[in-house]
Amino acid sequence: MSKYLVNKFLYTVDRDPELVERYREDPEGTVAWWEERHACRILNCHGGESSTWVRFDDTERAALAGHDYPALFELGAHPFLTLTLFIAMFERDYEEPLGFQQEYARRLSHFSLPYPDIAT
Amino acid sequence: MAELVAVIASTHHPFYYRASTATGEERPPFADEWVRKITAFRETLTKARPDVLVMVGSDHFHQLWLDNMPQFLVGKAPFYDGNFYNEEREFGLPRMLLKGQEDLSTYVLREGIDAGFDLAFSNELRIDHSITCPIITLRPQNDLPIVPIYTNIFAPPLPRPKRFVQLGRTIRQLIESWPSEQRVAVIGTGHLSLELGGPRQFGPHGPAPEFDQRAVEWISTGDIEGCLAEVTLDSLHAPGNATHGFMDFMLMMGVAGEGRKADYVDTYDLFHTMEAYFTWYPNGGPR
Repeated sequence: MSKYLVNKFLYTVDRDPELVERYREDPEGTVAWWEERHACRILNCHGGESSTWVRFDDTERAALAGHDYPALFELGAHPFLTLTLFIAMFERDYEEPLGFQQEYARRLSHFSLPYPDIAT
Repeated sequence: MAELVAVIASTHHPFYYRASTATGEERPPFADEWVRKITAFRETLTKARPDVLVMVGSDHFHQLWLDNMPQFLVGKAPFYDGNFYNEEREFGLPRMLLKGQEDLSTYVLREGIDAGFDLAFSNELRIDHSITCPIITLRPQNDLPIVPIYTNIFAPPLPRPKRFVQLGRTIRQLIESWPSEQRVAVIGTGHLSLELGGPRQFGPHGPAPEFDQRAVEWISTGDIEGCLAEVTLDSLHAPGNATHGFMDFMLMMGVAGEGRKADYVDTYDLFHTMEAYFTWYPNGGPR
């Protein structure tokens, strides 16, 4: 399991406006493309110095490809990263202010303390 | 030596800028009272007539990332750009440019390392809303040079609460020993109880009003020992999964000093989180 890599996906997609839209429209394709092309890239290094070993496990890949934020919470993805990116993708679909944020809380309502560990 | 003229601890609600500038139907019902409170809080800094601001905050996975994560980092640069794309997108925050006080950064780094804090540094730091929000609320003319200090309250393993208090005490000692005639204010921002990305987020109040009440009491009375006796890395999960940002308030209690009552205290109960504003005048009052 690689909480780090899940976080890296959320982090790198969130900061790129085009990738935010691409992930919204085609989650499965974006996750596959990102894992193939970008997962191994060390952010401060050029492509020839990429890591050789990082990859998602099947559960992580499915959670990301399914836009499944309750599953991401359960896997210990950093909740700030998940929330920020998912607000960017889905807040627009709700008419009421904070409508998406409240729906998000409701869908996580089966979790109680202690929450899944987010340490990487 | 430099003079520490004000110590300020505040929440850094990213929605203040949008709420306070909205007009007509866009303006939320709580905006006018919020602006009134912020304007009064701002006056506590203005009265202290600072020349330099030491700004304590926390990067929210903007420039600092898990492949290279510092616990405490001091910016040392002539300028700092402010705010990131996702903060413009979600909060409507403006792009900003702040001037740096490089000689104080140099001093804090050298003397801070010698005092036992292995401080990381950055010569090209883009600051986020933990530092730009208090500029917007407390010094909107953005005319003073800053020294940004980032703490890790976000990516475990975190330093323990006691370490935040110790760093606060050290920051105060460093400012008061800085060979300069400048008037320095320290402004630090954090959270009371807060939940982000969890089931208790975005409720009608903060997730743990009883914690908020205790926290305001600890801060306003300078009860560092009482606070340290109850607050641990584990205990901070209970009031909300982002409540570790309270440790930046504890850092500011360290700057203000044990038993030192705040000279100004205000709070504002908003949806999602409670706002809290504190000012101490180390030398007895603004001069």
